[in-house]
This record gives sequence, C-alpha cells and structure tokens, in this order.
Amino acid sequence: MVLDIIDVILTKYNYIIYISLMTLGFYGMIGKSNLIKKLIGMSVFQYAIFLFYISIADVEGGIAPILVEGEVTYTNPLPHVLILTAIVVAVSTLAVGLSLVIRIYREFGSVDENKILMRLKDD
Amino acid sequence: MIEELSNHLPILLIVSGLIGAFLTPLIGLIRKELCSFWASFITLIQFFISIILFYQAIQVGRISYWLGGWEPPWGIEYAIDILNSFILVVVSTICLSVAIYGRKSLLKEVPEKEVQLYTLYILLCTGMLGIIITGDVFNLYVFLEISSLAAYALVAVGDRNSLVASFNYMIMGTVSACFILLGIGYLYLMTGTLNMADLSRLLPPLYGRPAILIGLALLIVGLSIKTALFPLHTWLPDAYTHSPSAISALLSGTFTKVGIYVLIRLIYSIFGLEYFLRNVDIFVFISWVASAGIIFGAIMAIAQDDFKRMLAYSSISQIGYIALGISLANNFALAGSLLHIFGHSLMKTGLFMVAGALIYSKGIKRVSQLEGMGNVMPLTMAAFLIGALSMIGIPPTIGFASKYLILLGAVESGEWVFVVVILFSSLLTAVYFWKVFEKVFFGENKWKKGGKEIPLSMLLPTMALAILSLLGGFFAPVLIKVFELWMSGVIPGGV
Amino acid sequence: MKETRRGIILRTNAKFMVPFILLWGLYVLTHGTSGPGGGFQAGVVLAAGFILYAVVFGLQETQKIFPFRAVLVIASLGVSIYAWIGVFAIIFGGNFLEYGKIPLAHDIAESSKLGIEMVEIGIGLTVMAIMLSIFYTFVQRGD
Repeated sequence: MVLDIIDVILTKYNYIIYISLMTLGFYGMIGKSNLIKKLIGMSVFQYAIFLFYISIADVEGGIAPILVEGEVTYTNPLPHVLILTAIVVAVSTLAVGLSLVIRIYREFGSVDENKILMRLKDD
Repeated sequence: MIEELSNHLPILLIVSGLIGAFLTPLIGLIRKELCSFWASFITLIQFFISIILFYQAIQVGRISYWLGGWEPPWGIEYAIDILNSFILVVVSTICLSVAIYGRKSLLKEVPEKEVQLYTLYILLCTGMLGIIITGDVFNLYVFLEISSLAAYALVAVGDRNSLVASFNYMIMGTVSACFILLGIGYLYLMTGTLNMADLSRLLPPLYGRPAILIGLALLIVGLSIKTALFPLHTWLPDAYTHSPSAISALLSGTFTKVGIYVLIRLIYSIFGLEYFLRNVDIFVFISWVASAGIIFGAIMAIAQDDFKRMLAYSSISQIGYIALGISLANNFALAGSLLHIFGHSLMKTGLFMVAGALIYSKGIKRVSQLEGMGNVMPLTMAAFLIGALSMIGIPPTIGFASKYLILLGAVESGEWVFVVVILFSSLLTAVYFWKVFEKVFFGENKWKKGGKEIPLSMLLPTMALAILSLLGGFFAPVLIKVFELWMSGVIPGGV
Repeated sequence: MKETRRGIILRTNAKFMVPFILLWGLYVLTHGTSGPGGGFQAGVVLAAGFILYAVVFGLQETQKIFPFRAVLVIASLGVSIYAWIGVFAIIFGGNFLEYGKIPLAHDIAESSKLGIEMVEIGIGLTVMAIMLSIFYTFVQRGD
C-alpha cells in the first residue's frame, strides 16, 4: 500500500506538481481579496496547465525537436507549439486584467475587493 | 475566379474579420465616424458568407477546408456541417444587426471610443464565428480566448460598476478556459489528435478509460461557465447589466449560444451519444441542473427592477431550456434546443435592443419608470411585445415552436417532472413580462403624447429581429426538416 | 514616468546594450525557420530593447522615437502581413497559408520557407507593437 503510493509519487510526480500548483492558484483567486493577488493566482493557475502540457510532451530519452543527423528520438513538439499559443493568450489575459485593475483603482481608490464592494453598495 | 473563391469561403469568413478588425485602427486615424460603418460592412460580408455556407452545407452535407493545404488530422481543418453552418447564420445575423444598431447607441453610451470598440467588436464576432467553424479542438480554444478577451474589454467600457463586473467575468472566464484547455490536454494525451472528426473516430475504443472521463468532465464544466448554465452563471447578471446596451445585446444573443453549440458538438459529435448512454449518464444530472436553472432564473427575473438585469436573469432561465433539450437526448428535444438557440438569440437580442433604446431616448433603466412608454415609443414597444410574447411561448412565435418541441421531447422520454417545469416556468416568464406590460401599456402616461421614437438605424434592427421571431414560428417546420438531416447522423435509431 | 537623471553607468550600459538586444531580436526573427526562434520570441526581445530604453531614458524620449500612433499602425500592419500572405496563397491557387504555392522561389520548400519567414516578420512586428502598447498604457499616467 505504502509502496504503491510511493510508486505513484515517483512515476506520476508531474501530475502531482501541476495539480498542487493549480490548487495554489485557485486559492489565490478565491481566498485573496486583493485584486492583484487574484491575478497572480490566475497566472499560477494557467501556468500549472502549461506545465502539464509540457510534461506530457516528454519522450523518454528524447532530445529537443531540432533536426539532427543520425537516428535519434525527439520529444513531441506539438504540445510545445500549443503552449506557445496558450502563453500568448495568458499574457493577453494578464494585460487585460491588469488594465482593468488600474481602472478600478482610479475609479474606486482601492484594489481590495471588500472595500470596492462597500463603495459599490454606497452608490 | 468566383468559382475559385467559393471554395475558400470558410477561411474568408475568418480572414475578412481579422483584416477588418486590424484595419479599424487605421480607418480610425482617418475618420472616427467611419469605424461603425466599417464594422457593419465587415459583419455584412460575414453574414452573406454564412448564408452561402449554410446553403452549401445543406447541398453537400459536409464541407472541409484544409488550412495551408495540410491534410487533417495533421493540419487544422475547418469543418462545416448543417449544425454549425446554421449556428453561423444565427450568430452572424445577430452580429450584423447589433453592428447597425450600435452606431447610434454606442456613440451615446460610450462616446469617443469608436476605434477601440469596433476593433474589439469585429474581433469578438470573428472569434465566435471561428469557434463555430473550426474542426480542431485547440483552434477552438484559441478562438474562444480571442472572443472572450474582446468580450471582457467590451463589458468594461460600460458604467462604473462594469469594471468590477468585467473583472469577475474575466476571472470566471479564465478558469473556464483553463478547464477547457486541460480537458483538451487529456483528450490529446489519450488519443494523440486534436481533430474533431479524428477524435470521434479514436474515442470509442477508449470509452472505459478514466482519463477520458476526466477530460470530458473538465470540458463540460468549462463550457458550462462560458454558457452561464445555472450554478455557474454568477458572472452573467452583472456583466449584462452594466455593459453598454449594444454589447449586452450582442453577448446575450451570441456568446452563450456559441458555448451551447460547443457543448452540443462535444456531446453529440465528438463523444457520441453512445458514450453517455452506456458509460456515464450525465444527462440526468444536466437535466436536473438545467431545470433548477430554468426556475431560478425566472424567479430572480421577477424580483428585479432593473430592466437589463431582469433580461439577464431571463437569459439564465432560457439557457436552462436549451440545456434541458440537449440532455433529454431525443429528436424532438434536440430539434427544440437548436430552434431555441435561434429563437432565443432573436428575442433576447431584440429585447436588449429595446432596453438600449429606452436608455438612449429617455435614460430609463428601471421597470418602474416605464409607465406609459407605449404611447411614447409605440414601434419600439411593439417590438418588445413581440419579443416578450415569443419568450413566454405564445403561438405562432418561434418561442412557442421551440418550447413545444422541448415539451414533446420531455413527454417522449416520459420525464413528467420536466413537463411540469417547462409549463410552470412559462407561467413565471409571463409574470415577469406582465410586470413590464402593465407599466408600458396600462400605466399612467406621464410623458407627452407622440414623443420621439429612436433613430431609424436603431429601430430597424430591433423591428427586424422582432418580426423574424414572429415569422420564425412559421418557418420552424422547414428548419426542423433541415435539423433532421443532421440529427439522423448523431442520434442512433433515426428520426 | 518621471524624468529623473539616471546614473551614468546605467545610461552608458543601456546605450551599449540596446543595439545588441535589437540585433539579437532581428536574428531570432529571421532564423525562426531553421532553428529555435520565431515571431513571438523575437517580438518580445525587440520590445524588451525599447522598454529598457524607456526605463532608462524615460517614456517621452522613447515616444519620440516610437510614438503611440506608430505602435498602433505597426500592430495592424503585422497582422495584415500575416493575413495577406495567406490571401496571396489563395490567389495563386492554393489554400489559405499554403506557402508552397506562392512563387517566391524555384522550389516549393524554398518558397514555403520564405513564406513562413514573412509571416514570422508579421507576427514579430505585431508582438513587439502590442508589448510596447501594453507597456505604454500601463506607464502613462491618466489618459
């Protein structure tokens, strides 16, 4: 039983890492009231998934997918390309989020969710 | 040349939008006023292309376009069948009518920002059309994010509260997009392909594997957030209430429908009904959740005084109908759902346009201020009346046809609880619209008689959508015939 | 951003580094077809060069070289290059983005490579412009 668990941890550690990172990011999004911290949580959440993609692309003994002479194994380049696109999306999302936070700060004078909600109620 | 071009229509639909969106800043440098005409022009092109594609799809059955000439499953494929060409027509109709409507409405509600607004507007429309047309799941994710990012920014240009609404929408939307990305990752991990047609071929032998189940669960949760299916709807009311009216009209009519489309595609095309009937019965769960959403949305709508907020909650209720129809999984219900996607787009966009018209001409946002508007803006209010009657489901409107079909589907499945839910919620819908009717048509007239109607460029799309939703009921049998062509392939046992 | 006098070491270093960063960006941009690199990375590297310049010499100095309008135009231009390359492929009888059909060189492989490189240039320009515009928007005070 214990050996099984150790076996899972040793062979599937990439899943464990990505899921713990995702949970961490999720906590940041839900548990923190500071909007910037929420955005940081969101980024961690996104990057955890990128990590998952990159880790499933690995092929045992594979090298970086650049053409070289001779018979070699390459890692799967497709997830890398997909994640390149997803990173661009993540950056854009972060930019939109930060610009929203800047405008929220100018409008409400705070980046704390509770204070903003209180000001909204006052209206 | 024309012959040649007609083979490239799927990509021209998207490229015209991309070129259009990124030329908007340059046009804005010349003259700002031109931007809105430009947006109408681009959406008009997309509308025509969609119509032609729909026609072609009915003729041929399935059109496949290979990007860069790479053969699927290696390359990205744009696959068009009857289902998605129909949704293309629905979405592009709404995009076009809102673009025409928005010229005056957006200018009044958000002055001095045409350039950015219309760039994002065209991007949002193109992104949605891209989601519908693509046959590649990762491409779908990218288009989903393009349109979502545009939608966050467009929601944020509304009033003061819209910033917070947009922020919440963004957080929810990103979580949903991440779930979708992760779900796609699991499917890719198991099958090694991203092409939808290829997935549907490779998935059946893997039906029993837990990783497939995880992927499906992530995809369904992610899409449910995007479509604002009941318990995951929390971003919707705020986003629709505080964004500019034209944007609420566009989002309510199209964005949630696109999510529903992807859900239908996922359940019926990619996974196949077989999987759900044999391995995991999520339909029971979805149908109960959808029924809860139908009732919840309707009751919340009754409680609202803000006109747009009422319509937003009504949207949640109506999305419940569509999801219920999908999860009943028989011919009647699915046809009803598809028809309701069409009908609800027309009605809800029309109703939001009426809400925008009230803000435009009198600055009215609340139902309680609507007294006697029937005399002041008779044509706009007539459009409202038709939209609301269709929403309640009074024959011969399209709302009646679609609800009737879903009802028949529930009877066919022997699910009498849902029959009761549908009938009861129609009653609730009548209650919240009656609240408005009472004020509009029977309220004391405080306004001077013969007041000003809204400008023609706003009135025309509003009336057009209202008339379409009235006539839609008559066209329903024709549309159902078309759906049957598609459904006979996905529902085992034939029509 | 306030126009403060930065230290002489910082300024000299920045003056020395910016051209190399830009050159490196151009290298990455044009070698995306035959090695690691490409439009996205190159765009970010190029933008980083300008951002370093802005951090050291101030926003106004940078906007003299690279005004906000130019950034918008370049961003639009980059995407247009991408889209038009695709449309050219259609005109020459291929599918969208089928570079091989564009008669840029003698054989298909060569013209594919050239086509991809042009698309990469478009992407690079857009990414650079968008990165800069994000930076400008965040750094500017008020509207």
